[in-house]
Amino acid sequence: MPTKIEKDTLSGQNTTGHEWDGVKELNTPLPTWWVYTFYATIAFAVVYCALYPSWPWLTGHTQGLLGYSSRAELRQELSAQAKERAGFVDRIRAASLADIRKDPELFNFAMAGGRSAFQTNCMQCHGAGGGGSTGFPNLVDDDWIWGGSIDQIYATIEHGIRNSDDKSRQSMMPRFGVDGLLTGAQVAAVTDYVLSLSGKAKATPEGAKIFEEQCVACHKAGGKGDQELGAPNLSDGIWLYGGSRDAIYRSIFYARNGSMPAWSGRLDEATMKMLAVYVHSLGGAR
Amino acid sequence: MASPARQADRATPRPPTPEPPLYAPRTKVYPRAVSGKWRRIKWATLVVLLGLYYVVPWLRWDRGPGAPSQAILIDLDHRRGWFFDVVIWPQEVYFVTGFLILGAFGLFFASSLFGRVWCGFTCPQTVWTDLFMWVERMIEGDRNERMRLDRQPMSAGKAIRKTLKHTAWLAIAAATGGAWVFYYVDAPTTLVKIFRGEASMEVYAFVGLFTATTYVLAGWAREQVCTYMCPWPRFQAAMLDEQSVIVTYQKWRGEPRGKHKAGDSWDGRGDCIDCNLCVAVCPTGIDIRDGQQIECIGCGLCIDACTQTMEKVGRPTGLIRWDTLAAQQAKEARSAPVPWRPVRPRTLLYAGLLTVVAAIMLVTFALRADTELTVQRDRNPNFVRLSNGDIRNSYAVKVLNKRRTPRQVHLAIDGLPSAQLGFVGADVEGSGATATLNVQPDTVGTFRVFVTVPASAAPSGSKPITFTVRDEAGSGRASHDAVFVGPGR
Repeated sequence: MPTKIEKDTLSGQNTTGHEWDGVKELNTPLPTWWVYTFYATIAFAVVYCALYPSWPWLTGHTQGLLGYSSRAELRQELSAQAKERAGFVDRIRAASLADIRKDPELFNFAMAGGRSAFQTNCMQCHGAGGGGSTGFPNLVDDDWIWGGSIDQIYATIEHGIRNSDDKSRQSMMPRFGVDGLLTGAQVAAVTDYVLSLSGKAKATPEGAKIFEEQCVACHKAGGKGDQELGAPNLSDGIWLYGGSRDAIYRSIFYARNGSMPAWSGRLDEATMKMLAVYVHSLGGAR
Repeated sequence: MASPARQADRATPRPPTPEPPLYAPRTKVYPRAVSGKWRRIKWATLVVLLGLYYVVPWLRWDRGPGAPSQAILIDLDHRRGWFFDVVIWPQEVYFVTGFLILGAFGLFFASSLFGRVWCGFTCPQTVWTDLFMWVERMIEGDRNERMRLDRQPMSAGKAIRKTLKHTAWLAIAAATGGAWVFYYVDAPTTLVKIFRGEASMEVYAFVGLFTATTYVLAGWAREQVCTYMCPWPRFQAAMLDEQSVIVTYQKWRGEPRGKHKAGDSWDGRGDCIDCNLCVAVCPTGIDIRDGQQIECIGCGLCIDACTQTMEKVGRPTGLIRWDTLAAQQAKEARSAPVPWRPVRPRTLLYAGLLTVVAAIMLVTFALRADTELTVQRDRNPNFVRLSNGDIRNSYAVKVLNKRRTPRQVHLAIDGLPSAQLGFVGADVEGSGATATLNVQPDTVGTFRVFVTVPASAAPSGSKPITFTVRDEAGSGRASHDAVFVGPGR
């Protein structure tokens, strides 16, 4: 029920003309600058919608006149970056692993690239510093299951361990307990024998005999291990699945056959080379 | 509906309270040209300072291959400051702090002696404003012509003059901004790149920024920078005392002022003939006869103006002159003259602090090491147990070689007798307890160092050790403290 618009003497502003029981409403419009900024944002939105992908549709979305896509932009940035690094990357690809290590410039580039690739692809299992954890080998120490030379490390990265890759490193420890090859007591006896190799328990003749029959083929005499077969050294202080009596018992009873993916399908040759240089430098170099 | 009583109450008019404006409107200042001793000194200062500013980046200095040949260059990309034969690394940025402290004390010292001499003669704001005013005068004429021009309605002639002036200002501003970036990038190559459109975005952005600030501050803002923006006038009162030499109007001699015709007697009146010249020439538009004011930048142009007038009417010059407040008061009171005392506790203190800071900087500079060592221990994993039980820690060792020649340094550690060192990388030779590291010229050499001890010698928890490097000649030496961590108890 708008009646008449009057001027309020106190504030000097007009009323809206509305009145309820003597209460009148002052007309306080939005500041002009605010209103025009608001109109400007609407205009901006219209232009934006025309130029850029914006409206969802049943089967996709509007493409916009500029044909912009953030994925294409990323692709462009990545290829620009690859182009920038091409010089070094080509040299890494052409050089042998040994040569990379001899050339300080290439070595520094490989270390930086290897570190970054390690943080993206390897640290999930091997730890940010390569320290590993139970079941995932420590890459910083000097104990290598499949060999710690730089070429061996490269081969492990390229083809992985116990996977479907044709050249994957393969070997299998039998499930002595589960498959009934040994009784619980026999497993316990051989466990003592394994512990005795690093002086942590007293071996029984029975344990020695079982080790001779069942384990020596891979783990070699004295439990020194065989890197060709990925059979760990059982006589040192390093235990991938734990060195307690209980852990070793379980390893024999259930067997341990850890695997690692082959990276040749996911990473390019230069990246794997840089990774090998980096991992080799962590300290286990042989 | 509203009750009539309330309606009446509401309608009672109240006296309107006009709100004072928050900002004083700017009165445009049209400083008049003046000539004289202080104007000449100001021109000379301007030529020297602007000359230095524009010429310095072009000085060349041969440092041999692989180093910039610009005598003074702050190379942000490579994180080096080049000052002739001195190279400053980012670690030594405290020299900049030292120079800033020297600058501050120098300013205090000069102010306590001569008032706002920095503001009046050497401040960039003053120097560039002077230059811009000179350009303005060349194009639009002196004070009266400029005032007339601004009052005129727009015409072809006015438009041409205004366009010409702003074009000239922008050209000077662009040259200023251009010269600024030359302190940070190689001047000759960048100049060519700028014109070819090949320079980096940063270069264009900074040229643009300093062009804009020069144009706005020296062309438009001028005295407002000094009066409203600059903090220095606000606390100069703490630096000045009654013995500081400042621009003063000799009131005891000048008053009562009044117009004077040739041949009139000078008895019973002051020497000030109220010609208003001191006000007309003032770049901040104040009347020095009102006494010391916050707007006065101490440029001394009113002294030149007054000297002209006093010579014309045949009265002694120095009605407006450099003087101390104490001398002024003595003359006012007709008491014994007070001589200027430049040596007083305040100036002694500032001079002393200047000397001390300068001495500290000199000693620091003289003793500055050209070899530095930092050691950072790998903490993931904290330590490594090797297959034979040995405990190993690894460290990132960085050797700073500030010399312009390749260096060989010997690395050794103290505090762990049975330790063996191991290395990764092609720049290292040696094993056992010491090794030789090869560091390229003017770089930081980074090395991975493994320290291994037998299980029996491994500390329980952490043990402090010290890494030391020294070169063959023994002239470069540095050490860094670190710890070796073994298995916990």
